[in-house]
Amino acid sequence: MERDTHFILGVYDDEDVLLHAVEKVRGSGVKIHEVYSPYPVHGLEHVLGYKRSRLPIAAFLFGMLGTSLALTMQFYMMRFDWPMIIGGKDYAAFPDFIPVSFEMTVLLAAFGMVGVFMISSNLKPWAQPRIFDLRATDDKHIMAIDIANNSSLEVEKIKEILKSSGATEINKKSFE
Amino acid sequence: MQVTSSVRQPLVTGGKTYHDVTHDVARQVEGKATKLWFLAFLTAAGVLALGSIALLSTLWNGIGMWGLNKTVGWAWDITNFVWWVGIGHAGTLISAVLLLFRQKWRTSINRAAEAMTIFAVICAAMFPVIHMGRPWLGAYWALPLPNTFGSLWVNFNSPLLWDVFAISTYFSVSLVFWYIGLIPDFATIRDRATGLRKTIYGALSFGWDGAAKTWMRYESVSLILAGLATPLVLSVHTIVSFDFATSVIPGWHTTIFPPYFVAGAIFSGFAMVLTLMIVTRKVYKLEDYITIGHIELMNIVIIITGSIVGIAYITEFFIAWYSGVEAEQYAFINRATGPYWWAYWSMMTCNVISPQLFWFKKIRTSIAATFALSIVVNIGMWFERFVIIVTSLHRDYLPSSWAMFYPTWADVGVYLFTFGLFFTLFFLFAKFFPVINMAEVKSVLKSSSEKVHK
Repeated sequence: MERDTHFILGVYDDEDVLLHAVEKVRGSGVKIHEVYSPYPVHGLEHVLGYKRSRLPIAAFLFGMLGTSLALTMQFYMMRFDWPMIIGGKDYAAFPDFIPVSFEMTVLLAAFGMVGVFMISSNLKPWAQPRIFDLRATDDKHIMAIDIANNSSLEVEKIKEILKSSGATEINKKSFE
Repeated sequence: MQVTSSVRQPLVTGGKTYHDVTHDVARQVEGKATKLWFLAFLTAAGVLALGSIALLSTLWNGIGMWGLNKTVGWAWDITNFVWWVGIGHAGTLISAVLLLFRQKWRTSINRAAEAMTIFAVICAAMFPVIHMGRPWLGAYWALPLPNTFGSLWVNFNSPLLWDVFAISTYFSVSLVFWYIGLIPDFATIRDRATGLRKTIYGALSFGWDGAAKTWMRYESVSLILAGLATPLVLSVHTIVSFDFATSVIPGWHTTIFPPYFVAGAIFSGFAMVLTLMIVTRKVYKLEDYITIGHIELMNIVIIITGSIVGIAYITEFFIAWYSGVEAEQYAFINRATGPYWWAYWSMMTCNVISPQLFWFKKIRTSIAATFALSIVVNIGMWFERFVIIVTSLHRDYLPSSWAMFYPTWADVGVYLFTFGLFFTLFFLFAKFFPVINMAEVKSVLKSSSEKVHK
């Protein structure tokens, strides 16, 4: 993965100040690399202009896969491979297959979606995240701005925009 | 801008800031284990060791060690199984159902309640496996593999097989849901730590960095997992009740079982959450996060589910009379007045009468009363399962084979083993994992604490 190295960081204390700041900073033509928060801030994805996550679609598809697998398995085993009369029921006792089909739907939907989430967000035990500021998992919201990505603007100008948007601190951070 | 009605009680008291939340929760993980913790942990581990004598004896000699006889072929094992599964249900209810209903008070109790779910389901799952007699030879019989590796399959018409799928799905989905919630909090601990702890919690946190995009996906995943876990939790106890309801035993063969079992499960689960949380909040000094308000709300859930259970008991009796089926009528009269009358009336007292005390505000906001009643409720719910199972079996169709069930030391010991296991796991959780979901508490802090920033 290509790694950008020099960042300006705006530190924000309050989620509502942050939301307005993101709008303001983006409005002045600065491209935001990412915002790091200790907790989910509602509406942040909208002001940052992120598209809605497609994870629900993944969950639905995996769920359908679970239902189909479960029904196929049960009909194959009970109706075709070794038909047996149990309790005077039809070989293909459809209502009896519902509980297992439901459970398999939930199982595959949950695991499939979480798997996609882990892969898409690069979450894995050996991942080495770039930590911009240790307080981003405690009490501060960190707005990271990639200098190389904003070459049309002066660094001082970006700092000024951050300051006027309500940032309590402005720091620089470089990665090797 | 989040706005909260002024008539609502703050969820977090004591004027906590965001940093205070991190500090108050993370310091339990970071500090040295206290003497009290060691005492509690060693007691639990001791019970586990003591119970394992009974477990090993059962595995070595077979389930003849238990008090089962040819009339009562199911007793403490399935009673304990249903009891533990039921306790597990509160965790999912708090984390999933209350999330869908946007109940913000769930944020400070969901982590510990979900941990309780996972440990309770582990304890529950042990009983069917032990009851197999020689699980090392045959635990795979429960899986959809060709039986004896010929081409005869498991029976998908059997509710016992549905239970295998339900319990294993429930366990694994709850585990994933719980772990997804833990990831941001592990990252918080990682960023405060150095050395070995940083490495360990770094690996546990899966490289979480709190990016807005990841949070967006996380929220999406949480919401859908909640949406999946809600019907799942209802299905699990429904299927557990099918173990009985699809049979033709008088006293079991009733259509009221699924909703009645689900209500009972939530009832006993909330009682167990209260038992655990009242101790945890005191020992860990978390009174500002798990307030009297939280305890009162949980007690209200207990009144509601307890009343549903009470109505179910009365309905069962009425339907038995109204059905005109003599065997059914006898089964119920035998429950209330037969040789197990004391078990029936313990159940009625503990589950129907005692929770009604929570109608008094003084009682439902009293910590001592809540703690005592939460234990009473779980005793009552154990008796409920015992009454349903044993009294329906012990006087079967042939009076010459009527019998009583007497537990042996091995029955008691295996039950103790699961208690030891549950509390050992819970104490390990309480020491090494953040007991309160810091990220979620912070997300409701601004709208529902007395003040956030100084």
